[in-house]
Amino acid sequence: MSEKLIEVKDLQVHFKVKSDKPFSFRSNWLKAVDHVNFSIEKGKTFGLVGESGSGKSTVGKAILRYHPLKGGEIYFEGEEIGKKKEKELLPIRKKMQSVFQDPYSSLDPSQTVMDIICEPMEIHNLYTKAERKERAKEMVQIVGLEQKDLLKYPHEFSGGQRQRISIARALSIQPSFVLCDEPISALDVSLQAQIVYMLEELQEKYGLTYLFISHQLQVVQKICDEIGVMYLGNLLEISSSEKLYANPMHPYTKMLISSILVPDPGVKSLDGIVPDYGEQKRTETGCKFAGRCPHATKRCLEEEPKLREVEPGHQVACHLYE
Amino acid sequence: MRENLVKNLKLGFKTNKLAVAGLIVIVVFSLASIFAFLYPVDPNAISVTERLVAPCLKHPFGTDDMGRDYLARCLYGGRASLSVGFMAMILSTAIGVLVGSVSGFMGGTVDAILMRLVDALMSLPTFLIMVVMNAYLKPGIQNVILIIGFLTWMGIARIVRGETMSLKEREYVIYSRVSGQSRGKIILKHILPNIMPTVIVSATMNIASAILMESALSFFGLGIRPPQASWGSMLSNAQRYITNAPYLAIFPGLLILLTVISFNYLGEVLRKVFEPK
Repeated sequence: MSEKLIEVKDLQVHFKVKSDKPFSFRSNWLKAVDHVNFSIEKGKTFGLVGESGSGKSTVGKAILRYHPLKGGEIYFEGEEIGKKKEKELLPIRKKMQSVFQDPYSSLDPSQTVMDIICEPMEIHNLYTKAERKERAKEMVQIVGLEQKDLLKYPHEFSGGQRQRISIARALSIQPSFVLCDEPISALDVSLQAQIVYMLEELQEKYGLTYLFISHQLQVVQKICDEIGVMYLGNLLEISSSEKLYANPMHPYTKMLISSILVPDPGVKSLDGIVPDYGEQKRTETGCKFAGRCPHATKRCLEEEPKLREVEPGHQVACHLYE
Repeated sequence: MRENLVKNLKLGFKTNKLAVAGLIVIVVFSLASIFAFLYPVDPNAISVTERLVAPCLKHPFGTDDMGRDYLARCLYGGRASLSVGFMAMILSTAIGVLVGSVSGFMGGTVDAILMRLVDALMSLPTFLIMVVMNAYLKPGIQNVILIIGFLTWMGIARIVRGETMSLKEREYVIYSRVSGQSRGKIILKHILPNIMPTVIVSATMNIASAILMESALSFFGLGIRPPQASWGSMLSNAQRYITNAPYLAIFPGLLILLTVISFNYLGEVLRKVFEPK
């Protein structure tokens, strides 16, 4: 077993939401992330999948300490970072970088590519000014752009090129961990493959560890070593990527995987199509998925299932596997 | 960046001829009021025999009710009006941008306190405050600038706050935060450059309203001290003679109008130049 770079224990992120009753000063709390546990090994890619609103992005941003934590711990290289103050976080922020979803809002339109790529180096006061420029030139070449692109503004690039700039910016300070928050969801399919291959290549070259967030199961299967399935703030299943696709256990994972369209009429999907039972609904007690689950029992509505190891390296939170 | 700006400015003026005219008007008016002393007539010299003379060769703009040369008064009045307009705009924009961006970016309690302050100031009748201040402050150009500056920043603050709130959810700001950038630097590097277009438009409009406000202040006796001229005070004095000497209102009115329009056209070009694509 290799070293854990990131370990998340009992992570909780709650957001304040306005009460829908008028004149009510009591605010409600939305449990965006509710008791989530997982860990990422050094040099590996951990995928988080789930529908919109499942809290996968929130988990990623909480690890980067963007969202305040309601509870739980985050360990980075064995060090607890969930309760650190902003000043103490600076050396850790140097090792954690991010690539975000929207190629149009992840780059400041008023800055040149040079300014954009140099930003993290400036924040952490790395290198001299001339060295930073040299490094920026190096980085654009690594991500497959040209040196003359450094003088351009983001609006002069296409979506795929912008994501390359984001990646160059993230890697310019040699981080050990990169949060990829749906980095390819906004791109078209041919570009998606390019960016995924590039991310894999860079991972090998620099020994990066990724937390890869996506709702596209096919992509996650390709790039991730381990996958966690999220639903309404809970992790329902964690498993190695092969096992998850060969033998999904949780009814929700089954539903997700059967929804992948296979471009081959000869291949039959797992159980045939598992029908979708209704919509997401946040409940206070019981399994979050119970309302949509075809196997839900009375127990599922009352008692929340805990994530437990059913097979080696395969964890499921479901009463069916007890 | 710099070369780009110059290039964009040139292009902006090339495509907008009205802005070129505006620029010329502002430059001419500014130079004329700076070098007003080259026109060798005392703007405050009273001549009882030459009351309300219509424009003629000796007095190109005519004379006012005290026989003072109206051209000289327009030139010296431009000094007061333009400097009040410009300085008050700078002051109110600076306060507005500072309050707005901090309020929008910090959110929570800070935002609530600052915005209630804005609400409070906005709900007070501006003229009433002016009259009250009149009792405490000496009339004079500095006080006019300060009063206008401190009473007109709320609009800009609100606009800037709104823009900041939408910008701070952009992913490049989130990226900057999680990379360890301080809040102050994020406001300076990522928020301010992107709200410049909006700020410039409101700022040019503020010049216009500051010039008009100065005339209102002069009317109340708080503005420029009586013998001295400003376009606003000249305009309000002209009211009494509007039927028998309409030129008294026409000249300062035209000057204010041209200045205000010119600043607005200029603002339009600047907005386009600073607008991120």
